[in-house]
Formats: sequence, structure tokens, C-alpha cells
Amino acid sequence: MGLAKRIIPCLDVDKGRVVKGVSFANLRDAGDPVEIARRYDEQGADELAFLDITASAEERDTIVPIIEQVAAQVFIPLTVGGGVRTVQDVRNLLNAGADKVSINTAAVQHPDFVAEASGRFGSQCIVVAIDAKRVAGAERWEVYTHGGRRATGIDAVEWARRMQALGAGELLLTSMDRDGTKSGFDVELTRAVCDAVDIPVIASGGVGHLDHLVEGVVRGHADAVLAASIFHYGEYTVRQAKEHMARHGIEVRW
Amino acid sequence: MTHIAVVDYGMGNLRSVAKAFEYVAPHARVEVTRDPAVVASADRVVFPGQGAMPDCMRELEATGLREAVLQAAREKPFLGICIGLQMLFEWSEEGGVAGLGVLPGKVLRFPSQGMMDADGRKLKVPHMGWNQVYPVIDHPLWRGIATDARFYFVHSYYPEPGRPALVAGYSLYPFAFTCAVAQGNLFAVQFHPEKSQAAGLRLLANFVAWDGAYDGAGAFS
Repeated sequence: MGLAKRIIPCLDVDKGRVVKGVSFANLRDAGDPVEIARRYDEQGADELAFLDITASAEERDTIVPIIEQVAAQVFIPLTVGGGVRTVQDVRNLLNAGADKVSINTAAVQHPDFVAEASGRFGSQCIVVAIDAKRVAGAERWEVYTHGGRRATGIDAVEWARRMQALGAGELLLTSMDRDGTKSGFDVELTRAVCDAVDIPVIASGGVGHLDHLVEGVVRGHADAVLAASIFHYGEYTVRQAKEHMARHGIEVRW
Repeated sequence: MTHIAVVDYGMGNLRSVAKAFEYVAPHARVEVTRDPAVVASADRVVFPGQGAMPDCMRELEATGLREAVLQAAREKPFLGICIGLQMLFEWSEEGGVAGLGVLPGKVLRFPSQGMMDADGRKLKVPHMGWNQVYPVIDHPLWRGIATDARFYFVHSYYPEPGRPALVAGYSLYPFAFTCAVAQGNLFAVQFHPEKSQAAGLRLLANFVAWDGAYDGAGAFS
């Protein structure tokens, strides 16, 4: 009895199509976003995340009609991220039907943007996405930006605390080492961040098997788990993922 | 054709609420409005809210919608959602501000101490995600909804009604807190029915069909 751990399928969207790559490269087409969103909703997804990985600003507007279409048919929370830099970007996505907007690179460049956005729209709709990479040979992680291409020198755990202080309502934590590898979450990273903050944390990066979802919650202390490829290619349904988690004593929503 | 006014006082995105009503009531006229006259003439009124309660109260005053909302809350089917529920009470710990005072009671923050789950792990605030809702009265808005259905929550404050009879449902985090209240023509929920898939859509459909009557005598025996 109580709050369920969430399963969040993530749709990487490029120029209006869902794609999936390995470590942010080698993109493969995975289908129509509206159709995929509906399928996950029917399977019992607790939330959906859309990450717009489109490179150019003009093409980025292709995400808005997609969010509008999904929001008219799917009545679960929708988080949208990718290239969000201004208060106007946040407003456009919320108006399109997003419930939460995730901020990544812009948070590093202008931390006050997180405070401004949460002050304007409420912290409940501001998610800060943290891409982190393990520092070789150490039990610490560094924040990366620009889709994992640029190192910042910032410690991920300290950054998580700072983002909470500036008004983030939730954190979306991705291990750059694990993303696309199907070798499971970076459990130590997940746990270090989850235990350092009071706001919910979504674990991301590396899910290749249903046991990984269990690990993220039980050992990583994540409040929600995000995965993409295991769902896109029909390896598992969201329902199967929930059944597996429930078998391991995790509370889920049916 | 029923006319549903969704009160827009400039706080947050009301598109989700409007879309969900359009979905469950395709023949209804759903209007997101800043016009007190529209609120006054609508058949039923939805009062949502996002963000911080002090900002919501300030904007409600600034837009001149306060009186229209107060009147609607007294006389026609009225649904408060999230901060829209919290604003109906007398006072909130968030910013220490006065609410509309339609309902007796106050709004409190989840405590910073003692928030542990059964495994002794610290519970996060905001309370975000899908939690079970337990109805305690037999109300038209609960019809067709399981007695432990999950709804989507995102909030750090919760209501503490001044009269136990107002409580329509509760949830656990980790203690029992009121997540739905009912009084006459008024029903208000802390969770987001517009984001709560089948159970949430059912509650909204029940609201569209509701005549606004509830005599307060529907307690489960």
C-alpha cells in the first residue's frame, strides 16, 4: 500500500520519428510517436518521456504537434525534453500538452534558468536531466552536456543537490557509460544521487533486461525507472516489466 | 449540451484538463476562460491549479475571478483539482496565506521528519506518482471506480479539513491524508484526474453527468 514505483518508456524523437541509438549514435527508426505512445499507455505505462534529439532549432518545432496529438489521446503524465533553453520553450511545450519539461544543457549553462522556470511554472513541471559519466577509477561521476559530448567538470551528486535547491521538482539521471549498452543501470551512481536529494529521481541508461529495472529500484533507490529499447522492439511489454517488478516485491500500478 | 468552464487565472497549463473533458464528454462545450461572466453562466465549473498557492491566490485576485469562483462553488457542480482544492480552505502553510475559505480547515506541508516507508527508506517530497485512493463516502463522483484505484499525484501540501464530514477519500503517504473532499455541489481532489488514465477519466465523466446534488449522508455504513 502506497506510492507505486513508476515505469517510464522513453521515446527519442528525431524530426518527428521515434529513433533509438547506442551511446547517442547509430540511430535506428523505431516508429510513429503517437502510435507508440498509445501502445505504451494501453500496456500500463505510468508516464511517458519524449526526448527531442533533433539537432536544428527549426526542425525542433516538429515535436510540438506530436505532443499535441499524444496529449489528446493519452491521459498520463508526459515529460518532454531536448533543446529546452528559454522560458518560451517551456511555455510552448506545456501549451502543447506536456506536463513536465526536462532541462539539461541549459541548466549547466545558466543554472538560474531552472529557478526562473520553476518560479514561473511551478517546480512540479520542471525536471532537470543529468547526464553523468564515471570518473575513471573513482567512486564519483561528472556531469556532461550536449547529449553526452561535453564534459563540465561538475560533480553529479553536488549538481543534483544544487538543482533541487534551485527548484527542480524531479531529476532524470542518465549514466552515459551505460546508455544504450543494455548492461544495466549504474547502480552506484543511481543510489548516490537518490540518497542525496529529497525530490524523486528517475533512473535511466542501460536497461537491457527486466532484472535491471528491479536493480534500479531495490539497489539504486530510484523512484522511477526509464527505458527505451527493451520496449520499442517488442522484447518486453510494460505489463511484463511490471509483473517482473511485482514478483520482486516492488509496488506497481496495474 | 452542458457548458463546462475551466477557470484560467494564469497559473499553469490547463490544456490537459480541457483535453480530458473533451475526451470524456465530446458533446459538451469545454471552455478555458478568464471571463467571470463565463464562469457565472457555465453549467459546471472546474477549478484547477498548479504551482504555489500564494501565486495562485494573487492571480485569482488580479484577474477578478475570485467572486465568480466563490459564487460557482456555492451553487453549481464544482470540481477543484490540486491547488484548486487547496485554495478552497481557510489557510495554507505554503507562504502562510489565506485561501478562499469556502471550506473550514487548513493546508499543511508533508513533514520533513518521519517520512519513511515500510522498509525504513525516506519518502520523497513532492509526493509524486500513482497512489491508492480510498473513498470513504458513497458519492456520485466515485461511481465505477475501484475502492483502491490509483490516481496520479504531484504535491507537497495536503488539506486538513476542519470537519471530518468533508472527507470524501484519503490516501497514505505514509500517514492517512485527505485527498478528496465533498460538500453539497462541490467536490475537490488533490490528485490529477486528467492525468490518471481510466480511473481519472471515469471521475471526470461522473462529474459531467452529476447534477450537483449530495446531501452529505452518503457515508459507508
